[in-house]
Amino acid sequence: MNTQSPLPAPGAPLQHYVSIAPFDLQSVEAMTPEQSKVFQASQLRLMWWKFRRHRLALISGIFLAALYFGILICEFLAPYNLHTRNMDYIYSPPQRVHLFHNGQFVGPFVYGREMKLDMDTLKRNYIDKQDDVQRIRFFCKGDSYRFWGLIEGDRHLVCPAENGQLFLAGTDRLGRDVLSRIIYGARISLTIGLVGIGFSFVLGIVIGGLAGYHGGIFDLVVQRIIEVLQSIPSIPLWLALAAIMPITWSPVLIYFGITVILGLIHWTGLARAVRSKLLALREEDYVLAAQLMGASSSRIIRRHLIPGFMSHLIATATISIPGMILGETALSFLGLGLRAPTTSWGILLTEARSVSVIAFYPWLLLPILPVILVILAFNFLGDGLRDAADPYK
Amino acid sequence: MLRYIAWRIAVMVPTLLIISALVFTIIELPPGDYFDSYVSELRAQGEAVDSDRIQMMRKEYGFDKPPVIRYFYWVGGMLHGDFGYSFEYELPVRDVVGDRMWLTVLVSFVTIIFTWLIAFPIGMYSATHQYSWGDYGLTFFGLLGLAIPNFMLALILMYFANIWFGTSIGHLMDQQYLGEPMSWAKAKSILAHLWIPVLIIGTGGTASMIRRLRANLLDELHKQYVVTARAKGLHPFKALVKYPLRMALNFFISDIGSILPAIISGAEITAIVLSLETTGPMLIRALQSQDMYLAGSFLMFLAFLTVIGVLISDLALALLDPRIRLQGGSTK
Repeated sequence: MNTQSPLPAPGAPLQHYVSIAPFDLQSVEAMTPEQSKVFQASQLRLMWWKFRRHRLALISGIFLAALYFGILICEFLAPYNLHTRNMDYIYSPPQRVHLFHNGQFVGPFVYGREMKLDMDTLKRNYIDKQDDVQRIRFFCKGDSYRFWGLIEGDRHLVCPAENGQLFLAGTDRLGRDVLSRIIYGARISLTIGLVGIGFSFVLGIVIGGLAGYHGGIFDLVVQRIIEVLQSIPSIPLWLALAAIMPITWSPVLIYFGITVILGLIHWTGLARAVRSKLLALREEDYVLAAQLMGASSSRIIRRHLIPGFMSHLIATATISIPGMILGETALSFLGLGLRAPTTSWGILLTEARSVSVIAFYPWLLLPILPVILVILAFNFLGDGLRDAADPYK
Repeated sequence: MLRYIAWRIAVMVPTLLIISALVFTIIELPPGDYFDSYVSELRAQGEAVDSDRIQMMRKEYGFDKPPVIRYFYWVGGMLHGDFGYSFEYELPVRDVVGDRMWLTVLVSFVTIIFTWLIAFPIGMYSATHQYSWGDYGLTFFGLLGLAIPNFMLALILMYFANIWFGTSIGHLMDQQYLGEPMSWAKAKSILAHLWIPVLIIGTGGTASMIRRLRANLLDELHKQYVVTARAKGLHPFKALVKYPLRMALNFFISDIGSILPAIISGAEITAIVLSLETTGPMLIRALQSQDMYLAGSFLMFLAFLTVIGVLISDLALALLDPRIRLQGGSTK
């Protein structure tokens, strides 16, 4: 027998004392309230703190939330109805809002307008009548509408003066108020692509994740499918899909159907990215550890691998929403997307499709402003979310 | 490695076959064929329709046969270089396409290079100077390029070019060179026109590339090996380029394959606005009038380029990151 064994003989009492009372870390090293607040905060709370630090992202988030709330009540926000035509004010430039008339404060107002036809060029010229003060009304009665097609109403946030006009963004070739049409157009432009993106996102993560993690035959097949789908440019697909949708469907429904199908097709980019990242990540030691502990592959992908590149997924998601909005404008421009009388920002921009319009009626380009703002906002929001996605950095 | 490349090239054949079937289906999907739209167009113009002639043409081009048989004719023809006949131009597809194919490749290639030249330095600067004014400013300009729809940018540039230079910036070359054989003057004219479409098409892609490079580089820069490298006295530039940048490039490489169809799709609308002599406007016109062999050849050509692109991206990915296994063998 080896008498030098460090272990005591069986049954003999231990040489040192071990307290069986639970050990409280705080008793040794107490944390200040601020410290404990940080260390005990949940992951979601940490994310929020980190997100809040990115000012631009926070502002963008609020801006987008306001816009999405705004499309719920655009009947109320818009000064005119979508299809209200003012035949006396065709191609009228935007009116300026004034506060002072002859040095006297009268509150926000616009001057009345008079149209003079230039007999040489047949161009309509509008002149402000300096004595015709038209005060803008707030929370007033104007065009009557059916709120969401259900409830009758005629209240508006702003209206023109009685028997007056208010075209803050000018009018188009039918004398319709551009500002009102931009507000109504937001409803379709902001919502139409969301479902398709949802589909492509789920498909991309699931299929790309499985292919990257399992490899083998499944990976091979998925790779070939992705190759096939990616090699077809989207515009021919749109043309073909638009042609086979049932004629009885409304333009919006057809467009919606196409975006859903495109969502089912466009998961490939994300799937490839997920796959290539997983191929590298799955060789990490912590994955081996999880496998040895008997975790299933879906658990390893979900719990250990996807959080590893969540930031990239979020960046992709936020950048694909503006992609859909831009896609809508481009397709409407080609006449493949939505069609009038449906109103979206893309449809409004088709009015400004020639150089002569830009030269004579530049205000018809105004719908580009909300497009740019929304796309910038989504991008900044995505940046903020990306930085917040991994709060332990 | 060589075995892998050979095997990948062998796999390309069935892939291309599947793509050809898919392309054919897409072109066949819309109801009716070219002759239907041709007849209705003639009727709309009030012209008499010679139905015997239409029937004869139908028969000649095999439109009386079921689509499956026509598909095999089409694929068989392409295998020995016969891309079919364009009904609208009444010429073989190869003659119609002419210059357009390589002009498209030229525009796309220059655009990709332009995008990379802009995006790489900006992305690296933004990642290393996170939250600085330079980062905000450069990112903002990149995003602005993304946010303005391409066709609007094209229109606005056209307008200002007209005012400032008094010239029209449309087209890819001066009109007298159209259909001319290649010459120095023609090449110079193309180069002089090329920058506008490249600028317009490129601005859209630059922003997303800057963002992705910045995002991936930031992920890498926070890792400990970068700190170690810096602590050991590696020059900051080397500590940036040698390891983190290489890691952040994974996404670029895996995107090579998909960039091409994306750029060509994006370029189609710009090409229409600027009336460029590329394949885009012709493809859309052919699809709308169901000039199917013309459209089909374009699509197959694109598909071929993409398949090659994917092959290159897979090989480059394996070269760049040794951790990636070529065969994608299953895990333990």
